[in-house]
Amino acid sequence: MKIVAICGAGVGTSGILKVNAERVLKKLEIEAEVTASDVAGLAVASADAQVILTSPELVDKIGKTFADIVVIENYFDLEELTRKIEKALG
Amino acid sequence: MSLPQLPNSAIELGATAGDWRSAVRLAGAALVRSGATEEAYTERMIEVIDEFGAYIVIAPGLALAHARPGPDVTHEGLSVITLAEPVAFGHPHNDPVSVVLGLAVANPETHVTSVAELANVFNDASAIPAIASATTPEDVRSVLFAEH
Repeated sequence: MKIVAICGAGVGTSGILKVNAERVLKKLEIEAEVTASDVAGLAVASADAQVILTSPELVDKIGKTFADIVVIENYFDLEELTRKIEKALG
Repeated sequence: MSLPQLPNSAIELGATAGDWRSAVRLAGAALVRSGATEEAYTERMIEVIDEFGAYIVIAPGLALAHARPGPDVTHEGLSVITLAEPVAFGHPHNDPVSVVLGLAVANPETHVTSVAELANVFNDASAIPAIASATTPEDVRSVLFAEH
């Protein structure tokens, strides 16, 4: 299982999303590799990813992908993350 | 894991900003005052938003202004601006913003520990309102550097 968190600059917000996604996955006892990427590097980063985590503002910047796109509103709301990740993987 | 130091020069409470650009400039100016960045970094933080939109508003009321590491970053730095009147950044869910954090990282390695610590602080839902209502720099530091 591979999950990519993306943001515009590739530092900062995608890092927060990555850290919190890892917390949620650990709690759900799901084995997954979470990486952080910027929009420019997404094509490479997400080539073999199942899930892309991102902000509502960046959805339009994501090109064609086979991955599920999961939009996170509040990056610090672990409940929202848990609910949406569970749904995407379920 | 630790956040960059947060000297008084990097904090401005109850500031006035007419729009999101002014708010980000305040966060950038605070980074410059504290010696973390040069002014060019402030403009790069604005360019990130011009290019990618308001995704830096990562939680209700909170914007994390930042750009990539670069030669205009002298050392890792954090700044905190609270706004007397919240401003809209154009985010569909998390507007308006009352707390703007400025983050500068010198290299990708330090960035990982800084953002992990920001997650530790702000996963507590009371952190944003506590910073928004802070009246002294010490109030801000007590939220950001609290034991988790």
